[in-house]
Amino acid sequence: MSIIGATTGELLSRLERGELTSVELTTAYLDRIAQQDDRVSAFLTVNTAEALQQAADVDRRRQAKQPVGLLAGIPVAIKDVLCTKGLKTTCASRMLANFIPPYDAHVITQLRNADAVLIGKTNMDEFAMGSTTETSAFKITRNPWDLDRTPGGSSGGSAAAVAAGMSPLALGTDTGGSIRQPAGFCSVVGMKPTYGRVSRFGMVAYGSSLDQIGPFANDVNGAALLAQVIAGHDGRDSTSVNAPVPAYSQTVNQPLAGLRVGIAKEHFVEGLNPEVEQTLRTALQVYKSLGAEIKEVSLPHTSYGVAVYYLIAPSEASSNLARYDGVHYGHRAEQFSNMIDMYATSRGEGFGSEVKRRIMLGTYALSAGYYDAYYLKALKVRRLIRQDYDKAFEQIDVLASPASPNPPSKVGEYSANPLAMYLEDIYTIGANLAGLPGISVPAGFTEAGLPVGLQLLAAPFEEEKLLRAARMYELATKWQGQRAAL
Amino acid sequence: MDYTTIIGLEVHVQLQTNTKIFCGCSTKFNPDNPNVQTCPVCLGLPGSLPVMNRHAFDLAVKTATAINCQIARFTKWDRKQYYYPDLPKGYQISQYDLPFSHDGWLEIVINKETGEKKKIGIIRAHLEEDAGKNTHDETGRGHDSQVDLNRAGTPLLEIVSHPDLRSAQEAKEYLEELKLLLTYLEVSDCNMQEGSLRCDANVNVHIHRDGQKIATPLVEIKNLNSFRNVELAIEFEADRQYRQWQQDGMTFGAVLKETRGYDAVRNITVAQRTKENASDYRYFPDPDLVPVTIEEAYLQNVIDSMVEFPAARRTRFIQQYQLSNYDAAVIIDQGVVFANFVEHVAKICGDGKQACNWVTQDVLREMNDRKLTIEGFPIQPPVLGEILKRVNDKKITIKSGREIFLNLLNSEDLSTISVARIDQIIQEQGLSIVADSGQLEAVIVGVLAKNAKAVADFKGGKQSAVGSLIGQAMKEMKGADPATVRELLLKKLAE
Amino acid sequence: MAETLDAEKVRKVAVLARLKLSEAEIGDYATKLGNILKYVDTLNEVNTEGVVPMVHAVELSNVFRADEVQPSLPRAAALQNAPKTDGTFFLVPQILEDK
Repeated sequence: MSIIGATTGELLSRLERGELTSVELTTAYLDRIAQQDDRVSAFLTVNTAEALQQAADVDRRRQAKQPVGLLAGIPVAIKDVLCTKGLKTTCASRMLANFIPPYDAHVITQLRNADAVLIGKTNMDEFAMGSTTETSAFKITRNPWDLDRTPGGSSGGSAAAVAAGMSPLALGTDTGGSIRQPAGFCSVVGMKPTYGRVSRFGMVAYGSSLDQIGPFANDVNGAALLAQVIAGHDGRDSTSVNAPVPAYSQTVNQPLAGLRVGIAKEHFVEGLNPEVEQTLRTALQVYKSLGAEIKEVSLPHTSYGVAVYYLIAPSEASSNLARYDGVHYGHRAEQFSNMIDMYATSRGEGFGSEVKRRIMLGTYALSAGYYDAYYLKALKVRRLIRQDYDKAFEQIDVLASPASPNPPSKVGEYSANPLAMYLEDIYTIGANLAGLPGISVPAGFTEAGLPVGLQLLAAPFEEEKLLRAARMYELATKWQGQRAAL
Repeated sequence: MDYTTIIGLEVHVQLQTNTKIFCGCSTKFNPDNPNVQTCPVCLGLPGSLPVMNRHAFDLAVKTATAINCQIARFTKWDRKQYYYPDLPKGYQISQYDLPFSHDGWLEIVINKETGEKKKIGIIRAHLEEDAGKNTHDETGRGHDSQVDLNRAGTPLLEIVSHPDLRSAQEAKEYLEELKLLLTYLEVSDCNMQEGSLRCDANVNVHIHRDGQKIATPLVEIKNLNSFRNVELAIEFEADRQYRQWQQDGMTFGAVLKETRGYDAVRNITVAQRTKENASDYRYFPDPDLVPVTIEEAYLQNVIDSMVEFPAARRTRFIQQYQLSNYDAAVIIDQGVVFANFVEHVAKICGDGKQACNWVTQDVLREMNDRKLTIEGFPIQPPVLGEILKRVNDKKITIKSGREIFLNLLNSEDLSTISVARIDQIIQEQGLSIVADSGQLEAVIVGVLAKNAKAVADFKGGKQSAVGSLIGQAMKEMKGADPATVRELLLKKLAE
Repeated sequence: MAETLDAEKVRKVAVLARLKLSEAEIGDYATKLGNILKYVDTLNEVNTEGVVPMVHAVELSNVFRADEVQPSLPRAAALQNAPKTDGTFFLVPQILEDK
C-alpha cells in the first residue's frame, strides 16, 4: 500500500501497528516534494532537517510506548502566513522575504503538542490577498490537475501540496474563501472553522475580523482530526471563543439522520458555470438518496457580499499592513531621501501590486469624509447578511452551494481585471462576513477534467454537524480516492 | 494688557500596573536597558494580538469615577493610524468615539487661605497605549535616531479638561490636585521625570477691547515635562499671542490649530513643523479587541472600594482637628502617606490639633533639613504619638517633648528609637512633671525665703520680679510644669 | 459616494498609506480602484437605517487578561529581524518631522 495518497487515518494506523515509521513516511513525502514540486511549486520552504528530527523523535517515543499526540508522526504543510519559531515566515512577500519569527503561532504550538511533523511552508497569495496564488512574490503555484491553471488561493500552496500527494495534511487560512475555494479547485477537503474557534495568534493578519485558520486533507476524517488539534480557546487572542471543542474525529463517521440540506435561490445566478451547477444538483441528489431533505431558503443580501467584503477586508488590511515600514523588521529600501521617504519607498518596493491595490482601497475607505459611506455602510450590510444566515439556519442544518461559480482559471487570466476575480468569491465570502464554519469537499470534475468542489456551510460552532454531513457525502461518492496524475 | 488666558489641559498618566496594557511585558522604567521589555505583541510583530490588561481597565475606571466622570456602559477600542518609528504597529490602540468615560469635573482650591474652590470640567478620560522612545542625534551630524520599545504599550490614561482654566497658576493647581488624587488612589506614581505624567496645554487668550471679547487662534503646547514648565510656558504663550494679535490681528478660527513646543532653556514656545495630511488618523474599531460592557455591580464595587479623596480629607481635617484651610492643605498636599502619618499620630496621642502642629512644624522641618521622606523618617507615628501623648497627659512639658524628639532623631543607632526609649530619656533627664504639689510647695517656700528682695519688689508692685522666682523654682524642679509653678508661686506671694 | 478616482486623489491616498507609486501604478490604480468603487456603490441600494454596524464576526465582550508579568524576549531576539540596529536600539534615519 502506497504512502503517498493514503489518508491520515490509514497512515496513523500503520504507524500505530508498527508497519511504518514516521521517518519512512516523512522521507516518502520529502521525496515526493523533491520529485514533483518543481512543477507544482507548492512549497516556499521545505523543512527537511527539522521534519526528519521530529519524525525520529516520535518514532523513538512510539517504540518506547510513551504517550504520543493525535497527529504523531504525520506531516503537515503550513501556509507561510503562520509564524513558525526560527523558520522563515514570508507571507509570500518581498517585504518579509527574510523574516524569522521569534515565536510560534498558537496552531503551530498545537501541532507540536500533537506530535505532528512540520514538513514545510507553502506558497500563497502575497499576504493572503488573491484567489489564485499568483500574487506570491516568489513563485506561481500550479494546479496539480492541470498545470496551466491556478490552484486557487490564497492558500493555493497548501491545497496543491495535499492534491499532489506532497503532504497528507496542510493548514491554510480563509478570509474570503481562501481555504474552501482552492480545496474545491484541487479536489481536496478544506474547512474554515467558525470565527473564534481557532486562535489567530501568530497568523499574520489580513482582514482580522474575517481571518480564520483551517485544515486541508485528502479526506474528511483527516480534516476533522486536524481541526480537532488546532481548535480551542487561547487567551492570547481576544476573539478566541472559550467553548469546549468536540472530538470531531470521534463522531465524523456517524451519519446524520433527518439532515436538512438547504440551497439558496440567490446562488443560482448568471455567471454560474452550467457544469458547476450540474455538479451541485447531482450532489443534492446524493443527499436525497441518503435520506436528507432538500430545502430552498433565501439569502436576500447575497449579491452585496462581495462589495461588503472588498470594503471591510481592505480597510482592515490597510491598517494591519501599516506595521511593515522598514523600521523594526522587514524590507528597508536602500535609497531614500529622509525617514518619510524611507517608509514610502520601502513599502512601495516591498509590496506587490495586489497588496498595494488593497491597501490603497482600504486607506481610501477609512479616510476622512469616506468612512461613513464606505466602511460603516459595509459593516451595516454585514449584519444584514448575518441575519439572513441566522434565519436560514432556523430551517436547515447545512447550506449547500458550489465553492466557486467557475472551475479554476488559467494562470494570468485575471491579471487585467481584479474585479472579475473578486466576483468569483460570491459563494465563500458570506461565511467570513457572518463568521460561519464552511467546508469544501470534492464533488466531481468538469468534462475538461477540472475539479469542482461542493461547499457546505453551517451555523456558528456547528463544525461537528458540518463534518458529519461532508463525510456522508464523501462516503457516498467516489471522488475522495481520485488523485491528480502528475 | 487686558486679556484672559483660556487653557485646557490634556494629561497623559501612566497607570501603575505590573504589565503593559496588551501584553505581559513589565512596565518597569528601564531606560538604561533598551529593548529588553518587549515581546511579539508590543514589538508589533506580524501575527501578534493584543489582550486587555484587566488591572489597567480597573485603574482607569477608578480614576474616572474619582474625577466624577460618567462611565459608559459600552466602550470599545479604536486604531489611531499614523507612522512614527516609536509606534511599531503603525497605529496606536486608543479610544475614539466611545471612550469609557466622559463629562466629569475636578475641584481645585484656587485660594489656599480662604479655601475658595473652582470646578474644572473634564471632557473625557480614555485608555490607550504608550509609544516607545526615540532618541535623536543632537550633534547635528545627521546620525540615525535610536528607537527603544521598552515603554511601548504602557497603559496610559488620557484626561482631557474643558478650557475652564483661566491662568497659568490655575493650570498648575489643576495639575497638582490631579497628581495628588492619582497618587492617593494609587493609580499612578505621577513621576514626571520618568514620564509617568505628561501634559499638553491648549491655550488662547480672550482680549477685552471696547466691551468686545476677541479670541486669538488656538495653540497646543507640547513637551511640558514639569508643573513649573507648564506655568512658564502658558505665561509666555499668552503674552506671545497677545503680541502676535497686536501685529497681525488674527483671531480664533482664522488659522488651523498650531502646535508649539516649549523650550525650557530659553523659556519660549517654538512652532513645530507639522504636515497637513498627517492629521487624517483614519480611526476605526480595532477588530482584534472586543468591546467592554460595564455592569452596575462593577461600578458600585469601584465606588465602595474607593479611598477618601484629598478634597474630602481636607474638609474633614478642618472640621475634625479644627485646622485652618491653609494647615489642612499643607498636610493633604504632602500626599497620602503624610496625611496618614498625621492621622496615626493623632489617634495615638488623642489630640488631632497637637498632632497636626507637630507633624507640619517639627517633622516637616526636620524632613527638609535632613532631606528625608516621610516614609524614611526615623520617628514613625507609634513613637511620635507616644511622645505627644505624654505631653497631652501632662506627664512632660512641650519643651521636654521637643527635647526627646530631637534626642531620638540624633540617636547614633536609629534602631534604638522606641517607646521604651522615650521613658528612659524622661527618667534619665528627670523630665517628669512633678505632680506632687507638696514637694513643689516646699521648693517654692524655699525659693521665696532665699529671695527676700525679689519678694519685696513684687509686693511693691514690680510685676516682673516674679519671672526670676519662677526661673529659680524651675531650676530646682526640672520636670515641673511652668504654669503650675507660676500659679502656686503667685498663691504663696498673695498669702 | 460615486466618487471617481483621478490621479490626484490616488496620489493623496498613497501619501496617507505611505506607498511610493510609479506614474504607471497611479494610472492603473485610478482605473482599477475606480471600477471597484463604482461596484461597491451598489451598497447604496440597501436600506441600513437603524442597523447596528457589525465589527466582529463573533460578538464577544469583556475579554481580559490578568496583570501578571510574562517573560519578555531577549534583546537579541527583539532585534533579530531589524533592518538596521546597533545591537541595542532599532536605528532609523534621523527623524526630522514631528508627530
